[in-house]
Amino acid sequence: MRNLNKIILILFSVLFLGLFLLCPLAIIFHESFSKGIEFYFKSISDPGALQAVELTLITVLIAIPANLIFGLMSSWAIAKFKFKGRNLLITLIDLPFSISPVISGMIYVLLFGLQGWFGPWLIANDFQIIFAVPGIVLATMFVTFPFVARELIPIMEEQGNDQEMAALSLGASGWQTFWRITLPRAKWGLLYGVILCNARAMGEFGAVSVVSGHIRGKTNTLPLYIEILYNEYNYVAAFSVASLLALLALITLIIKHLVEKKRCQ
Amino acid sequence: MKSRILPGFRLSLTYTLIYLGLIVIIPLIALLANITINISAIIEIVSDERLVSALFLSLRTAFISSFINAICGLAITWTLVRYKFPGRQVLDAMIDLPFALPTAVAGIAFTALYAPNGWIGSFFSSIDIKIAFTEVGIILVLIFIGLPFVIRTLQPVLQDLDKSLEEAAYSLGASKFQTFFRIIFPSLLPALLTGFALSFARTLGEYGSVIFIAGNIPNKTEIVPLLIMTKLEQFDYIGASVIGAMMLVISFIMLLIINSLQSWAGKK
Repeated sequence: MRNLNKIILILFSVLFLGLFLLCPLAIIFHESFSKGIEFYFKSISDPGALQAVELTLITVLIAIPANLIFGLMSSWAIAKFKFKGRNLLITLIDLPFSISPVISGMIYVLLFGLQGWFGPWLIANDFQIIFAVPGIVLATMFVTFPFVARELIPIMEEQGNDQEMAALSLGASGWQTFWRITLPRAKWGLLYGVILCNARAMGEFGAVSVVSGHIRGKTNTLPLYIEILYNEYNYVAAFSVASLLALLALITLIIKHLVEKKRCQ
Repeated sequence: MKSRILPGFRLSLTYTLIYLGLIVIIPLIALLANITINISAIIEIVSDERLVSALFLSLRTAFISSFINAICGLAITWTLVRYKFPGRQVLDAMIDLPFALPTAVAGIAFTALYAPNGWIGSFFSSIDIKIAFTEVGIILVLIFIGLPFVIRTLQPVLQDLDKSLEEAAYSLGASKFQTFFRIIFPSLLPALLTGFALSFARTLGEYGSVIFIAGNIPNKTEIVPLLIMTKLEQFDYIGASVIGAMMLVISFIMLLIINSLQSWAGKK
């Protein structure tokens, strides 16, 4: 009886996860090589694709450090101190998680778009945010906003303040304490947050789609470029570029798995 | 206050508040402040037939997919935590794929699978069932998006579940069935509901994966986020803001529900 339950449940889980996780992954790689390996490499080295890679990297290189610093600052304030409104602050930090990506992009259009609050001022000063790179970076920062903070706060809370107090009482400065005590102890959580932040930043579609204006060769990140190829019925090229992001997702999963193992030790 | 012995409170809190204000709070206020029309005009936008049917579609598909995830996710979490079998670690690591795979990529992959000429879709189309470009397609891709929320919320709770309670129930003569529904299930319920709520909140606003598989037929397979997008493309910023504000209110209610579920789970 016990064995029968076990077999049924394992079979069910394997089938379900196979259907919902493995099949989509398999078809991406299957489709991308369906016109041969030469077409695959031509698709991913197309100037449009390279441009999308470049913009995606620029976005990530700004969004991750920004959210990393925020994550460190906010987790120090929230995990190490008790103050009024602490729970509200945590809720507000979580907010971008539960907001539709389309809304995340739209709020910046309303602020910086032609009809937006700062629209006229931006035009007068000849500075474009919407339908340009800064808008894409902002929208990405918004959707990845909680990732690092969310990983760090529980870890730093759990570790308590004792070691920091000890360091301070032995004459270390605040910064020394932070760099030598707090940061090394939270490093795996930090890395974990950055990995998740990176995956989301590279793959964000909805929010970026709203602010980008889809200007080819100028404001396309990889997911937007995939959409364009797909809508032009250029399926194989779309899947070829998508396979790059799928590969990135797999690497993310592997690193995450390794980090979790380290953290358990 | 004892904890204030540590330095850096003012610096870190000030930085947190400024950054939070600039990136999150002010833009969200801008959205609400953009609604410069009177109540009757708002009601007119909100009661538009196309929006109402999009809203019901979004709520319905998010609910059904999260419900399926809650049931199947419970079974999968149970399997991953309680049984040892070859490939378990790989399956466990794979659960996070929906977090890591960009939504647009998931969207085109599901469409390719379930389109009438796809691997799975061709089978169903031979028995005259259409999946891609219907509501069923939307639900399938949302199951993918929401799955890790349920499993990753349940997993730690199930791992920490005290086995001695179950053993006590067995030894007192309870059946397997009774033990599960009287002992195990009640202690998992808060986490299960939290997972469901997280999945629901996430799938309700999902855009990237859905638009590829939905077919986006107005009044039939058009979701709310797409309707916002359409309004933006027509430069109807006020209309988009009204719908956006409505979605924000729903998100905020979901967030409050999730927070109270989590504190309930914490007390258990």
